[in-house]
Amino acid sequence: MTDSLIWSIALPLLGSLLSVVLPAWANRIGLFSVLATVGTAASLLWLVADQGEVSYAIGGWTPGLGIALRADALSALLLFMTALVALAASVYASAYFRHTAQQRHYWPLWLLLLTALNALFLAADLFNLYVTLELLGLAAVALTALGGKRAALEAATRYLLLGLLGSLTFLAGVVLLYAGYGTLDMQSLAQRLVPEPSSWTAATLITSGLLIKTALFPLHFWLPPAHANAPAPVSAVLSALVVKAAFYLVLRVWLDLFAPLATSGLGHLFGLLGASAVLWGSWCAIRAERLKLLAAYSTVAQIGYLFLFLPLILQGADAVVRQTALGGLVLMAIGHGFAKSALFLAAGVIQQRAGHDRIRDLGGTAQSLPATTFALALAGVALIGLPPSGAFLGKWQLIAGAIRAELWPWVLVVLVGSLLAAAYVFRLLGHAFGQARYPSRALTIGREEIPALGLAMLATLVLGLASAPIWPLLQRSLNLGGIGP
Amino acid sequence: MNLDTWLPGLIVLSSLLPGLMIFFLREGSHRLRTSLNLSGALLKLLLVGIMIWGVFHEQVYETRWTLAPGLELVLHADALSVLFVTLSTVLWLVTTVYAIGYLENSPHRSRFFGFFSLCVTATVGLALAGNLVTFVIFYEALTLATYPLVAHRGTPEALRGARIYLKYTLGGGTLLLLGVIWLQVLAGPNDFVERGILGSLPDALYPQLQLIFVLLIAGLGVKAALFPLHGWLPQAMVAPAPVSALLHAVAVVKAGAFGIVRVVYDVYGVEFAHELGLLTILGTVAAITILYGSLRALTQDNLKKRLAYSTVSQVSYIALGTAILGPIATIGGVVHLVHQGVMKITLFFAAGNYAETLGVHKVSEMDGIGSRMPGTTLTFTIGALGMIGVPPVAGFVSKWYLGLGAVEAGQAAWILPVLVASSLLNAAYFLPILYRAWFKQATLAWPAEHIPAKRLETHPALFWPPVVTAILALAAGLFAAAPYSPLEWAQLIANREYGL
Repeated sequence: MTDSLIWSIALPLLGSLLSVVLPAWANRIGLFSVLATVGTAASLLWLVADQGEVSYAIGGWTPGLGIALRADALSALLLFMTALVALAASVYASAYFRHTAQQRHYWPLWLLLLTALNALFLAADLFNLYVTLELLGLAAVALTALGGKRAALEAATRYLLLGLLGSLTFLAGVVLLYAGYGTLDMQSLAQRLVPEPSSWTAATLITSGLLIKTALFPLHFWLPPAHANAPAPVSAVLSALVVKAAFYLVLRVWLDLFAPLATSGLGHLFGLLGASAVLWGSWCAIRAERLKLLAAYSTVAQIGYLFLFLPLILQGADAVVRQTALGGLVLMAIGHGFAKSALFLAAGVIQQRAGHDRIRDLGGTAQSLPATTFALALAGVALIGLPPSGAFLGKWQLIAGAIRAELWPWVLVVLVGSLLAAAYVFRLLGHAFGQARYPSRALTIGREEIPALGLAMLATLVLGLASAPIWPLLQRSLNLGGIGP
Repeated sequence: MNLDTWLPGLIVLSSLLPGLMIFFLREGSHRLRTSLNLSGALLKLLLVGIMIWGVFHEQVYETRWTLAPGLELVLHADALSVLFVTLSTVLWLVTTVYAIGYLENSPHRSRFFGFFSLCVTATVGLALAGNLVTFVIFYEALTLATYPLVAHRGTPEALRGARIYLKYTLGGGTLLLLGVIWLQVLAGPNDFVERGILGSLPDALYPQLQLIFVLLIAGLGVKAALFPLHGWLPQAMVAPAPVSALLHAVAVVKAGAFGIVRVVYDVYGVEFAHELGLLTILGTVAAITILYGSLRALTQDNLKKRLAYSTVSQVSYIALGTAILGPIATIGGVVHLVHQGVMKITLFFAAGNYAETLGVHKVSEMDGIGSRMPGTTLTFTIGALGMIGVPPVAGFVSKWYLGLGAVEAGQAAWILPVLVASSLLNAAYFLPILYRAWFKQATLAWPAEHIPAKRLETHPALFWPPVVTAILALAAGLFAAAPYSPLEWAQLIANREYGL
């Protein structure tokens, strides 16, 4: 049964290699391997729900020597979200890149990216994490450059340099830990770690590296050009998944590894940066002239919300409050994954029809694509955090936790952030109502419109109404304040 | 399947599912869309009928669904929710017929009727909400479902009106959300309970509870168009007439007023709210709104705008009735929820008929309209007289109970003058319209005669809805003492709220 751990990594890797060898079949190979990955991710989630935690040492080597894989509820949930987003993005990409030269490069790189993502969620030691992080960064840069235009190449170059800076900083922290404790397995490291200067330095280095990768304000500046200039199916996975993977690592290291080092000052620092990200990202999104740039700045803001949870989770008063907040955080992260990828895919559909994505002139195109506009609207609802969406439930827990901890400034930031999000979403949606001719059918171009619509439905109706099991799931498998033996 | 646990959920689904299906219909499939619309509306009416009977016989209907820790979706039928559900279900059916006639051959009908159904889904959901969480969810959903309806025409004015609507309602929604979460942190997740749930909290929390009350009322007051939060309502009159009917009578404004009633009676408890001194604030705001709305209505030449300011004024009767401690005033406030709805929808239907049939939008163009469209003008007259409070139309009953309640509570000194002044103002802005319509001669040609007079003065789907609602408005007044009348039901509610 632990096979699903390996297959989650092996399937996309195999797909990637095959699509290099058989470029004519790349489309089919890609779609099939992503579909199979959804299956393994689902079975892994099922397994984790049943057993709490699953681990596996490749080749039977004990942790510390071989490559160890481990999945708990947090990683299994993110892995499953990744698989669903990947499926939708792949279906869309198979139409988006049809009859283009980029198709040959897209599939191997994208499947490699998926491999790196899955490996990152499942890696159990810090060195493997570093490898997956590096691989992820390189694949993401290559995909960004697929756009081929000057702006895309410039953005990709900047993305590459900052990505390298981030992973090298991360690596420096890892080396320091290895020098101090002689192991990189997270579980044994967590048991041995003591608060001393070298641990603090390592924690600072690792965290800073990850903050660059997750584009937390003020280290976000590389993100908007990269995400806005990449081809739409790529932007979707960059914004929804790649940034989220780095955030997952921040959460992972601070919950499992560095928990003894967490102080209230640190929580507030994360909160402060998160709050600034929410306000600044939303403000820039309001002022963005292009649809994809708006979506990219919205990601900067949404990452900010995730960091606003950290003060509650890292030093919350009692376990129940922290559990509730953690569930809210995971729900918001997953919800953003679905909503943002839906937004980018819908933006892609509109951009391809209109030939541009200037918000001011999109009216007619939006009105001729009702299903895509509906998807945009649903994704917008999830980004604002209005009911019925998963983000609404997540935000509710965030506000309730902040009121309970009397962190009133954060309450205000969340509420103002939601209004700002409403401002940029409805600035967009206002263009959907005009007097352009209405098509006779709601769904005009099926294969391109359905992925965005499906993702948007997941972010709103499904997560909004059926996400209650997330909390018990996380409670069973995540022991807050360090993984016990 | 157990009907007791499914009925509230089914009532919500009976408009949600047709709504979602309608979105994906071809623009041309007129017949399928109409039958989906009407069968949803009729099914809902049937289910509501079962619910009325059951609640009267103390049957408990409740649908529960866990969303997250501490967040439960609860749909629960009590006397108050049944009153509102019945109102919106009946009026929705009538409005649907009207809208089908009104939008004949206009573009974007699938989108329109899709959101139309979602709108009534949200309204019924918040009527049946069994706790504040559920109420907030449907309250926000209502905002989202009505925005596309206000923006429907896509003209710059429509978009502007919709934007203003959104600014107000999302702002209000944010305040409400903060208040509700804060309250839940203090008092835990609680269902609505007749006579309130907060009375047992320690004294030290009273200042916070007062602040939360202000947040809640401000959030609800936006939709209820309480002064100074009413600004969106006159702007939203750019929407098509069926949407105005929905905003003013069936859904939006009513949702705000209903929320105020809920918060006062079933969250704070009317006696506890009085003890905290909150009723005085609410009563003052309501009284100011009543007078302000009427004064502004006086000077409007645009008919729909005049009606809009009239709504601002009339809806605050509900808040006023809630703010007076005593069962009789409660009856007056609660029953006005129904009476105002039935009368105002009649007025908006009639105004829509004038605009669609003859192109008449302004009061100054209405000279002699009574001889061209006697049926519509008769319904308009019944609605207008009801608003003034002339017996035997329903509005008289509301005002009578409000006045009596004020005397009972010993607050007659300031409330009776407000009621009298408001009735005089109502007369001052409605009677001139009636005079023009019936007694003046038409001097000019109608601005744009779209529908020629045949056997009926206008299209049948436009003609009959106001006739039906005008009859309802008359019946609610004439047979106020009959069993199952709105008044009878309001008495049932008041008895349960005061534990009589």
